[in-house]
Amino acid sequence: MAKMNMIQALNSAMDICMDRDPNVLVMGEDVGYFGGVFRCTDGLYKKYGPHRALDMPIAEGGIMGVAIGMGVNGLRPIVEIQFSDYIYPAIDQIVSELARLRHRSGGEYFAPVVIRAPCGGGIRGGQTHSQSPEGIFTHACGLKTVMPSNPYEAKGLLIAAIEDDDPVIFFEPKRIYNGPFDGDHDKAASPWNTHPLGEVPEEHYKIEIGKAKVLEPGSQVTVITYGNMVHVAQAAIKNSGIDAELIDLRTLIPLDIDTIKASVQKTGRCVVVHEATLTSGFGAEILSQVQEECFWHLKAPIERVTGWDTPYPHAFEWEYFPSQKRITQAMLRTLESN
Amino acid sequence: MTDKQTVDTAIQYQSKLFVPQASSRPETTPDFSHIEIPSPIASQRPDVLSEAVDIQDLAYGLVRVLGDDHLVAGPWAPDLSADKLLLGLRHMMHVRAFDNRMFKMQRQGKLSFYMKCTGEEAVAVAQGMALKSSDMLFPSYRQQGLLFVREHSIVDMMCQCLSNAKDNIKGRQMPIFYSSKKHNFFSLSGNLATQYSQAVGWGMASAYKGEDQVAVSWVGDGTTAAADVYHALVFGSTYKAPVILNVVNNQWAISTPQSFASTGSTFAARSIGLSIPGIRVDGNDFLAIYAVTQWAAERARKGGGPTFIELYTYRTEGHSTSDNPDAYRGKNEANFWPLGDPIDRLKQHLIAIGQWSEEQHQALQSELTDDITKDWKEALAHGSLDNGPHWPVTSMFEDVFKEMPPHLVKQSKQIGA
Repeated sequence: MAKMNMIQALNSAMDICMDRDPNVLVMGEDVGYFGGVFRCTDGLYKKYGPHRALDMPIAEGGIMGVAIGMGVNGLRPIVEIQFSDYIYPAIDQIVSELARLRHRSGGEYFAPVVIRAPCGGGIRGGQTHSQSPEGIFTHACGLKTVMPSNPYEAKGLLIAAIEDDDPVIFFEPKRIYNGPFDGDHDKAASPWNTHPLGEVPEEHYKIEIGKAKVLEPGSQVTVITYGNMVHVAQAAIKNSGIDAELIDLRTLIPLDIDTIKASVQKTGRCVVVHEATLTSGFGAEILSQVQEECFWHLKAPIERVTGWDTPYPHAFEWEYFPSQKRITQAMLRTLESN
Repeated sequence: MTDKQTVDTAIQYQSKLFVPQASSRPETTPDFSHIEIPSPIASQRPDVLSEAVDIQDLAYGLVRVLGDDHLVAGPWAPDLSADKLLLGLRHMMHVRAFDNRMFKMQRQGKLSFYMKCTGEEAVAVAQGMALKSSDMLFPSYRQQGLLFVREHSIVDMMCQCLSNAKDNIKGRQMPIFYSSKKHNFFSLSGNLATQYSQAVGWGMASAYKGEDQVAVSWVGDGTTAAADVYHALVFGSTYKAPVILNVVNNQWAISTPQSFASTGSTFAARSIGLSIPGIRVDGNDFLAIYAVTQWAAERARKGGGPTFIELYTYRTEGHSTSDNPDAYRGKNEANFWPLGDPIDRLKQHLIAIGQWSEEQHQALQSELTDDITKDWKEALAHGSLDNGPHWPVTSMFEDVFKEMPPHLVKQSKQIGA
């Protein structure tokens, strides 16, 4: 076992896959010589050469178009979108082409592309470097959508994504690249090397896409979240002393409804937390499915704690970023209504 | 601000919103007299590894092989046997017979939609014949001729249009959105231009693996305005991808004339600033198209990177079965088109060199029309659009992912309930 932060874990996943399969390559803006603005592809250019750690022109739509063509011709491109905020020029290629190619061609063609995109706020990035656009992609049919919350799972999920024959969009909460973040921005940042999930095997391993994880067992309320918010919710549960069950979804599509169902049917209460904006966010989908599957077990209205329905503000980052306090209040509200 | 300054500004202000005009509208007489048609001997045929900037005359000229005398002339004349020319003629006539039948079937309510390529059959047929069958095709919606060249089953094409039980894409797309992996023919998309950068990526992968296949893609004149076209050119040139990027300039994008995208220049000229040779070719001259495509394919295989080809042609009929061209362009504008009809021109050439006759032509036409009638009956036997049989309805949940995830399993049970 090695100590790795999330960047090193992702790098290790790509390194292993490139080593095992000459058809795997990483591509995107600044990913080659420079190793990526977040250093996720650091060293791959030197080890595998400029044609496998491929620097690209600044055009996300173009990058995605050529990635699809490469995928159709037998390669397994790992595309880095520098910030998920920059993904919109590639939407047509992702939603209309990549996601639907297998279906529209009757199963004849597919492109096993992985799209890695750093997402989320908490880094003073303002509205163009803080977004969480996963809900746009969960709404498109044919994309697997993944968001890990720690180095160990980031590596296992990314290897699974690279080896998957379906396209996978892989969101990386960049606030926790270097260490878990519980939402308390006044506290000194803690690194991953003091966290148990910063222990990462150096070899190849996979974590199955489509499986959620019960992180904290509990009996009174189920808190469902993913990415950044796993750590904020975990701290809220610990600091409030509420007997809550915490679920880290890890994969949004396909959604592990069985794990959610088992938990909510047990607790009868549910709080959904995500950093993305509220309206039409993925939380709305979770609420619907919980309602469909667990209605007769529910003891309280389901709560949502999310980013507000505004562009991500620069000056009011900590009022926007869902806090431990808001999560605790939501849990308490579900407990109050009996 | 003083009064004097106001007056000066008013005098200097001469900007005016310019709106391009069409070659004709229903109330005007078509006029193509501004089109310069050079002789076949006017164009040079440079070395395939020439620099784009050194051969820019080809982007502004018009490569031709068949002269007004129906004979071959000039440096681009390809080495094509009479048998091969006759095969090209047969394919083009076959496509036209197919289109005519399918159009009629749409009018009779047997198909939901159809698109003909009348007047521009030479584009797909000559280009398809100039390529290797291992080259990968990323077509737009009017290159059905490629499938004829690659000997795709006509009945199966009809079954796709009918979305019946024999449709290889399982009733998932509108008519003509073919896909055939067996024929290296990429799945058609309705989102224009997306295939252009995908072709570049496919070509990049071919080069990455050290293989010699070329990727070839097509867009129309109107679609050149799309960002994907620019992406394809920039990425293709940056990585010297083995690709041929074609613009079929058939003068019309539904009701919008090519002048809304050509910006007063040729389309071929657009690539020169990106170090990609641009070649404008007579799109109704089978031999010229063949020669230019061969040149571009050789350049790509030798590592010279992309070629941008403008096929200068004319869309004789409507965009699709959904529009009436008489509502937006001069009646019979096609009759004014100065570059003729591709089938007629190749026919006249073959007659001129003593390889063909009017009688043989008529006989072939009847034969192909009869074949198509027979094929249509066979296709209908596999199912009609309205009455089926179709694929089972639950098949729509297949192929969204490689393996069906639980939520789709659940939905597929609900639809049958």
